[in-house]
Amino acid sequence: MSSVVSVNDVTFSYSGPKVLDRVSLEIQEREFLGLVGPNAGGKSTLLKMMLGLLKPLAGEVRVLGRRPEQSCRQVGYVPQYPLFNREFPISVEQTVLMGRLGTAGLFGGYSGRDRAIARQAMIETETHELAGRQLCTLSGGQLQRVLMARALACEPQILMLDEPTANIDMRVETEIFDLLKKLNSRMTIIVVSHDVGFISGYVGRVACLNQTLVCHPTAAIDGDTIRGLYEADVKMVEHHHH
Amino acid sequence: MEFFSALADHAFLQYALVGGLLASIGCGVIGSYVVVKRIGFLAGGISHSVLGGMGIAFFFGLSPLGGALVAAIASALLIGWVRLTWREQEDTLIGTLWAVGMAIGILFIAKTPGYSVNLLSYLFGNILMINPDAIWMMVGMDLVILLTVLFCYQQFLAVSFDEEFARLRGVPVTFFYLLLLCMVAVTVVLLIQVVGLILVIALLTLPAAIASHYVHSMGKMMLLATLLGMTFTLVGLALSYGPDLPAGATIILVAGVTYIFSLFATTLQKRKVMRRQLQQAMK
Repeated sequence: MSSVVSVNDVTFSYSGPKVLDRVSLEIQEREFLGLVGPNAGGKSTLLKMMLGLLKPLAGEVRVLGRRPEQSCRQVGYVPQYPLFNREFPISVEQTVLMGRLGTAGLFGGYSGRDRAIARQAMIETETHELAGRQLCTLSGGQLQRVLMARALACEPQILMLDEPTANIDMRVETEIFDLLKKLNSRMTIIVVSHDVGFISGYVGRVACLNQTLVCHPTAAIDGDTIRGLYEADVKMVEHHHH
Repeated sequence: MEFFSALADHAFLQYALVGGLLASIGCGVIGSYVVVKRIGFLAGGISHSVLGGMGIAFFFGLSPLGGALVAAIASALLIGWVRLTWREQEDTLIGTLWAVGMAIGILFIAKTPGYSVNLLSYLFGNILMINPDAIWMMVGMDLVILLTVLFCYQQFLAVSFDEEFARLRGVPVTFFYLLLLCMVAVTVVLLIQVVGLILVIALLTLPAAIASHYVHSMGKMMLLATLLGMTFTLVGLALSYGPDLPAGATIILVAGVTYIFSLFATTLQKRKVMRRQLQQAMK
């Protein structure tokens, strides 16, 4: 087993207090890692660094042995708050096809192969029946699946998801994590979540991030580790946990 | 109607109409991007600062439209760069470029020796002054816009939809973003003749915004916006002819009133549908 992501002594701040302080993390191939921690604990920041969208102030991030901005095309990304306008006039199929961008030339459209791959990604996420629908007509859960299909259409080696179930109900949340579990047989998965209790049933390892980082195998998570991580928020977290 | 019999007799009216129809193509296609990407303010900055280039060209005895084209492209690149580099001060900086561009233009026009140009025709357009040379220039600009959009359709779509994701896929987002703004600049110059640089922003956004009420794909939106733009130009020109009203302003009023009606109609329709769904759910 080789390390696909290696974060080495990384420090970061957005022109203020440190968000990440000397964080180191090795992620192995085919690992299913949960990145948890309180709000503003630096989870999304660390993920954005693995994608090359942010650069560390100190330390180094390597993904698939290269700099993140060189390897980001082998990574599928499902953002937390999609930056796009929900009313954008675009169909589900066109959205998923965007995962195929950057594979052909600089200009021009998609090939038949691109369409086949996008179709496969839609079948896998059960969104193929929505292919002709407009994005603005989808529910939160459907939109999340479409964004996963877009990420899968990149044919990624690593799938990174930022709070994939933040705004959807419990039943859909379970379905999405069941799908991630299945995908984990062929790719590394890194999922950011604030809900330790829920994801510990799925992920292989939990990295707890609150400015600094502590890793635990899932089995070892108990009240003390959570208490240490969230400090004041203990009651709420324990409620989730049981 | 008086306008249509006059159209057959007067070449200047024919040129005006052809010019208006040609401008509608650019405004429908690029206006759709301006609306979905919500860069109306950027487009406003580009169009107003164009006066600077026109003033300088006029001062040195060059073609004002050529000056407008150069100024529009320069302003698009500058505004794009501002937006990409100083996102936090974006609106102040664009507002500054907007006003400074106009101020430069006014200074140069004031200091131009000899017969003082009619400033109003730059600001509010003079569609009746369109001549065959201007028409050929407009055809050329439409071709540049259409070919660029044809070759970069998916890339423009990706950059308009989700810049961050496009960047992660290795799409040179900055390049396509600036190219799109340059197309906005070309469209602005295309429209200046018809409605003038102050009213450009209305014709750039209103047809596409109305189209977005009814169609939900980029291609259809471009087509419908172009047809709407053509209708507004034709109707505006015809209405203005009899009572001798300024054509540009009449065109904008027709577009604006149509937009407001369309907005009310679609909002009422949506409410009706929602109420019906709610009633069905209650049963």
